Amino acid sequence: MANKKNLNPTNISDDPVPFISQLGWRDWLYAIVLMASTVFAYSKYSQFMDVYETTFLFGAGVVFSLLGWCWKPVRLLLVGIATLSLFSINLYHGDLDSANSVFFLKFLIGSQTAVMWMNVLFVLAMLTYWFALFARSAFTGKVATSLTWAAVLMGFVGLMVRWYESYLIAPDVGHIPLSNLYEVFILFCLITSLMYLYYEQRYATKQLGGFVLLVVSSAVGFILWYTFSRHANGIQPLVPALQSYWMKIHVPANFVGYGAFSLAAMVASAYLLVNKGYLVSRLPSADLLDDLMYKAISVGFAFFTIATILGAVWAAEAWGGYWSWDAKETWALIVWLNYAAWLHLRLVKGLRGPMLAWWALIGLLVTTFAFLGVNMFLSGLHSYGTL
Amino acid sequence: MRFAVSVLTVLGIASIIGTVLKQNEPYANYVIQFGQFWFDLFEILGLYDVYHSAWFLVILVFLVASTSLCIYRNTPLMLKELRAYREQATEKSLRAFSHQHEYNSAQSLEQIRQDVSHFLTVRGFRFRTVKQADGSELIAAKAGSYQRLGYIFTHAAIVIICIGGLMDGNVPLKVQELLGQKTVESRDIPANEVPKKSRLSVSNLSFRANMTLPEGASADVAFQRVRDGYMVQELPFSIALTDFRIEHYPTGQPKSFESDLVIIDPDLKAPLKHTISVNHPLIYKGIAIYQSDFQDGGSKLNFDVWGILSPEAKSIPLAGTIFGKTEFGAGANALQLEFIDFRKFNILNLSPDGKGKPRNVGPNVTFKVRDTAGQAKEYVNYMQPLQLDGRAYFVSGMRSSPQEEFKYLRIPADSNFEMQGFMQTRAVLFNKALHQEIAHRFALKALKPSDDVAVKTKFESSVVQLLGAFSEGGYAEISRLIEASVPQAEREAAAQTYIKIITAAAFEAYQFGQERAGIKNVKLDENTQAFLQDSLNAISDLFFYGEPIYLQMTKFEQREASGLQLTRSPGKNLVYSGSVLLVLGIFAMIYIRERRIWLLIKPQHKSVLFAMSANRKNRDFEIEFNRYQSQLNTLLQS
Repeated sequence: MANKKNLNPTNISDDPVPFISQLGWRDWLYAIVLMASTVFAYSKYSQFMDVYETTFLFGAGVVFSLLGWCWKPVRLLLVGIATLSLFSINLYHGDLDSANSVFFLKFLIGSQTAVMWMNVLFVLAMLTYWFALFARSAFTGKVATSLTWAAVLMGFVGLMVRWYESYLIAPDVGHIPLSNLYEVFILFCLITSLMYLYYEQRYATKQLGGFVLLVVSSAVGFILWYTFSRHANGIQPLVPALQSYWMKIHVPANFVGYGAFSLAAMVASAYLLVNKGYLVSRLPSADLLDDLMYKAISVGFAFFTIATILGAVWAAEAWGGYWSWDAKETWALIVWLNYAAWLHLRLVKGLRGPMLAWWALIGLLVTTFAFLGVNMFLSGLHSYGTL
Repeated sequence: MRFAVSVLTVLGIASIIGTVLKQNEPYANYVIQFGQFWFDLFEILGLYDVYHSAWFLVILVFLVASTSLCIYRNTPLMLKELRAYREQATEKSLRAFSHQHEYNSAQSLEQIRQDVSHFLTVRGFRFRTVKQADGSELIAAKAGSYQRLGYIFTHAAIVIICIGGLMDGNVPLKVQELLGQKTVESRDIPANEVPKKSRLSVSNLSFRANMTLPEGASADVAFQRVRDGYMVQELPFSIALTDFRIEHYPTGQPKSFESDLVIIDPDLKAPLKHTISVNHPLIYKGIAIYQSDFQDGGSKLNFDVWGILSPEAKSIPLAGTIFGKTEFGAGANALQLEFIDFRKFNILNLSPDGKGKPRNVGPNVTFKVRDTAGQAKEYVNYMQPLQLDGRAYFVSGMRSSPQEEFKYLRIPADSNFEMQGFMQTRAVLFNKALHQEIAHRFALKALKPSDDVAVKTKFESSVVQLLGAFSEGGYAEISRLIEASVPQAEREAAAQTYIKIITAAAFEAYQFGQERAGIKNVKLDENTQAFLQDSLNAISDLFFYGEPIYLQMTKFEQREASGLQLTRSPGKNLVYSGSVLLVLGIFAMIYIRERRIWLLIKPQHKSVLFAMSANRKNRDFEIEFNRYQSQLNTLLQS
């Protein structure tokens, strides 16, 4: 018994610490404020919500708490979105016309203006990222990251305020801004750049920003064209088939998928450059790029699967069958099969190298067709966002 | 497995065909689109309903079979891997690992054992310790073994989802068709006359059928569309529709579709009343009843029929019902009117640049007019005048075949927004007996009293001639007249003069018509001028309208019909549970990383051999190995 003490294991300083013990007071404060706001929202609006919407509300509280715990900058982002959105909503005084008369709304944080700021900031961020890449300037890189964060902030504020505006048009018109191409394109920009920012921090690399923001800026181009040429940026009431709580989770899940696939394609293009010997000294190593591409496709695939399943469950309620071989459904299946094959070859067969990168890049075309092309060229039940 | 991937590829390509070629259209449309040869070929290939064609189902069955085979072959191996610690590893084999390191350690075996077991446990590894013959000890550890379940789950999920889908598909029907027990009905006959061979009994395992129920009607059968025909699906209860409602947003877009249903079933004490709407179906006796679409259920309509190419100034009243037929006229001129559809709301964007807001322009009726030769033209008439380019017109579209676009006739509304003004003017202009009177009135205004009689007579007769030509073929006839009688060089000037004369004469005709209708003191202001221009254009167009009558809707009594979809899909629960399994499997496969660690403690050599492996070697694994290697160094050296 005398040597019992000796038998205690030696503690080395880098034993993994349980997740919950890693949380600091800021994390707890953040979660408490978030949950308190959720409860407040529930107490104020519970009479307008059914059981699913209540579940989603509290689910969102939990999900965003966890998200903030796992990735700290989310905490600040959420606080920023909440503050600016509430400030903006407050300025409306319940009158839709305020958007054109109140200074802050007209030039800064009205729904359409905030989205415009997002557009400008994304394009600026992209240019800055490219400048940082060629000038090898760490400081410029930091500026680019800040610009991207600012764009994300403005984009979310725009969506939040738009959500509020839709209720100002008429209470029965009000709905979450995920119902037409204009709105989901904003969501696409936000999700893609948020995912990029996560990996930028995780992999300590700012060199890919220019690549990823290229695809985001194309989406910005689309938003601008849609706004100025097609005047399709207005809030439209929901057709009966879209009036469902499922929209609140089906659409975002889908766009995590689309965003991740786009991110993967842009990383793949960087990989191919490095592989061919271009920009080798400026870009991260091929190994890192390969890993990042794989991670992005995995996340995208998981969420795309969930989104498609949620879509099937919704279709069973709205269209009378969980699968109708509608053009969008079928193309979702094709996208799914495409990335399933990609992951299969990599995980089961251990395939690596430029072929997978090319595949990820071409996969973006398939994804884009499923996302946009189906709306443009094919008809079907999903004809909500027509061009 | 290679086979499974090829099958998946074929499935993907087959699916694309179905999105490019519009599925389940009436067969006549395909014949028109492709021509008879390609139509027949495509029909044999089943391209009009790819997803229910035999070959597509065969692909799915192959997919299920080959995936099942994969599972059958690999599952025992996977489960063995999942459980195994691989404690039989020898020093030699460990030294052959690409990721291994040997430490010198002066610590006691017991201390090392303690430290290492703590090290492994806190990092989520489970392990077994095996004493070796030479006194050394092997610790075989593993983490993330459940990754293997990911493989089993995802593959099982695909099989389960496909089986669920096949259950809800049309395999049983296809088999019965092949055996000759069932045939598709393609005649347009009442449901109760459909023979047993084309009826599906109440016990049918799964179906997706439709029913159109007019307000106040009930039905106990639904129709399942199959290729170019249908099957009658019998139901274990009957459904009655008491009311169908559409609500609109202030902008005119539809906000909700609702049907008040009554389920009548002998098993029920009292009929079950329930309102369904989009996204809110009713499930009764395992059959889900959905709000699918809506159409007219036989609205009653009243019309004023105008003989538009005749001098008749009065209209004839006519009553009709949607889906009904009415005879009009007699003998060789008899026309059959077939009423097709009535719509109370029509949301159109009539702004000139197309950028304005769409709005409700009121009811319209679609009908066919069939002559004695059996030729039919299709018309769509709007009840209320539409605002086009700032003026109000009664609009009627006409086409000779369903492939054509509608060509529109615009009849100007008079100052009371009615059709009277135009119809009276038209009646006078088409009445040759009145042309002299019109010419005379015109001459009185146009000529000075001092002009001599010969001039007057000549003027009047040329006006009569022009009116005569116009009443026989509109502007087209006038232009023929000019080409026949005026030299090339003077034609343009003549045309302008003639048009001026006709317009001015038209005012006289308008005035005359208004007087006949009891309206006095008609002034020629700007509005009247524009109205007359439009009227003359419209009269010219009447000659291309196809039939000599115009139906003006005066009254309607709407009766709607609700389109219901009825489904029984026992495979749904399988598909859903398969989906859950799929998600679990994907997360297990992607986010659980299987890793193994071996630590061979050799007290006799005062050394510890560390080896690590993973079934997927990637960047994360390299990082982890390096971390563990240095952490173990600290641990074992201390």
